[in-house]
Amino acid sequence: MIDRTIRINKSWSWRSFFFQWEWLLVLIFIAVNVVNTTLSPYYLNVDTFLQMPMTFLDKAFLVLPMTMVIILGNIDISVGSTVALSAVVMAVAYNAGLPMPLAVVLCLCVATVCGLINGLLMTRFKELSAVIVTLATMIIYRGIAYVILLDQASGKFPNWYSFLGWGSVGPVPLVVIVFAVCAVGFGLLLHKTSFGRRLYAMGNNATAARYSGVKNDSIIIVVSVLTGLMAGFTALFLTSRMGSTRPNVAQGYELDVIAMVVLGGVSTAGGKGRIAGPLLAIFIIGFLNYGLGLVNVQAQVLLIIVGLLLIVSVLILNVRFRGKHRSLAPTTVKSDTAGERPGGTVS
Amino acid sequence: MRRSSSFSESFREVGLLVFIVLLCVVFQLRNHNFLTISNIRDMLADTAILGILSVGMMMVILTRGIDLSIGSTIALSGMVSALTVIAFPHISPLLSLLEGMLVGLAAGALIGLLVARFNVLPIIATLGFMNIIRGVTYLVSKGEWVSAYQMSDGFKSLATGSFLGVGNLIIIAVVIFIAFYYFINHMRVGRQIYAVGSNPEAADISGIPRRRVIWLVYAIMGILAGLAGVLWVAKFASAQGDTATGYELSVIAAAVLGGVSISGGSGKVSGLILGTILLGILNNALPLIHISPFWQQAIQGFVILAAVLTNVVVKRNNQRIALRRRAI
Repeated sequence: MIDRTIRINKSWSWRSFFFQWEWLLVLIFIAVNVVNTTLSPYYLNVDTFLQMPMTFLDKAFLVLPMTMVIILGNIDISVGSTVALSAVVMAVAYNAGLPMPLAVVLCLCVATVCGLINGLLMTRFKELSAVIVTLATMIIYRGIAYVILLDQASGKFPNWYSFLGWGSVGPVPLVVIVFAVCAVGFGLLLHKTSFGRRLYAMGNNATAARYSGVKNDSIIIVVSVLTGLMAGFTALFLTSRMGSTRPNVAQGYELDVIAMVVLGGVSTAGGKGRIAGPLLAIFIIGFLNYGLGLVNVQAQVLLIIVGLLLIVSVLILNVRFRGKHRSLAPTTVKSDTAGERPGGTVS
Repeated sequence: MRRSSSFSESFREVGLLVFIVLLCVVFQLRNHNFLTISNIRDMLADTAILGILSVGMMMVILTRGIDLSIGSTIALSGMVSALTVIAFPHISPLLSLLEGMLVGLAAGALIGLLVARFNVLPIIATLGFMNIIRGVTYLVSKGEWVSAYQMSDGFKSLATGSFLGVGNLIIIAVVIFIAFYYFINHMRVGRQIYAVGSNPEAADISGIPRRRVIWLVYAIMGILAGLAGVLWVAKFASAQGDTATGYELSVIAAAVLGGVSISGGSGKVSGLILGTILLGILNNALPLIHISPFWQQAIQGFVILAAVLTNVVVKRNNQRIALRRRAI
């Protein structure tokens, strides 16, 4: 009923090289910049290009692991709440007397544990879809953040901490450097390691992957932990840039992040997509927001634009892949593993 | 097998009922004003909107979908109807309701089209529309609020009025519950919703218009969200751009608590009513027993998680019992 073909494309041809989603993204990126330049004479200079990414790169850390999550055919909508919880815990711990370096470590730990909990729930209770698990933890994590900090803000961090968000090494902001390192790391992990290949195998057909010896559970847990860790990074850079934190910080990040990943050509059916696409999408959406901000477009219009971008890119991707893979779309891919639990096959 | 599954389902509902009673007893012990007629009436009125929405969400979840956009749809339909009331103060309240439902239908039909026709995952489509509709709401209102004094009394009486001593909101919710009980249990299209949710391939093969059913489900969800939006604005007598932000989570929680299985194809209206009441108590009664409202979200999340996990455990147990019976 679900037929998927895995194409092994060994022969390199100009045609297949140029007919790629990423080239379309490059074109969009250039178009965005051309429009921005015509809108504002102050746009096109080196300083802008180096400094501007500071404003949107904190979110971008989440795009890297989310790419993996979506390649697996899952989804994670708890990332925004994880950011909020870890940031709040860090701020409260620091103000309670914990030294800042330890508080930073604590922040990363809390975020990682949040991810781990997601992973454990998904692997221990396979009947549950990732949507409902992360929906529940999304409410819980943000709820705990509210319980800890009520409706207040917490901050007063030491001076050196703001270097994280605002500082730069030479002309290049620190965020850009850290993000570049993370992006290269994730790219290598996804495309050059056996772990990455297993990820794609699982995204294409989880059952087949399991029968060929892929440890599905441990892959889901590793990806969830990575998601948590990256949420911790986002929390660090975001709080550093803002100078304080509140329980409602990073609200709606999940949408922006998922939109970037999907715009990057990663199919929500799983198993398709490359890291380059989402990376380009980060900069497209970031520069677009910046450009629209230059001409005083309201924040609400940005909401609409991000939503439309998400829908349109999914539509295009779905039409493009129509011939190759025809699934009963509104059903989740996970359902086929549910009936095959060890307990269920014993007769 | 049949007996054991129906047993566990009724067990689940009895369990929910017992839990609700226990919760009421605890609340009553902590605050003696909890079980008074007026408080119960207030709580039911507060829960009515949740109930209206949970019926729609149940049908969406039955087809293995999910709808995260309804909070925004509530805001948009409420805002549009409130602005119309300002422009035409003498418009009939029923026309306002109709207008809100049309706005909701438009949103729901678009989402349904994406999900049913273009194979977009429900979570992606509704996540996108959550933003789009919210943005449109801000644009329509130009960032301003509509306050109580700008609305006509007839409009406000939609929610605050009563008929034979029972509040309009409660009456509307009860009518919707009864209508949709009949719809999904005794009408062909209603049964097709279950068929599509429990096995899409089989539904296709047996000639059920699967895509049309899925589209219909989102359209109905939109209509109900539009209706709820008008009632919401009439009840709170104010329409804002950020009305009902995140309310979709409460609605999903009510449906899941009521035993609607997130993997599709199973769920009953009776369970849904209990789930809605339980969530209504949790949402509205915590301040009465002096629990800070900041705990509300965390408690709600834990309750959702507990409900879905219990669901899984009960189902596994059932399977094990069924297998044991089959073994020689």
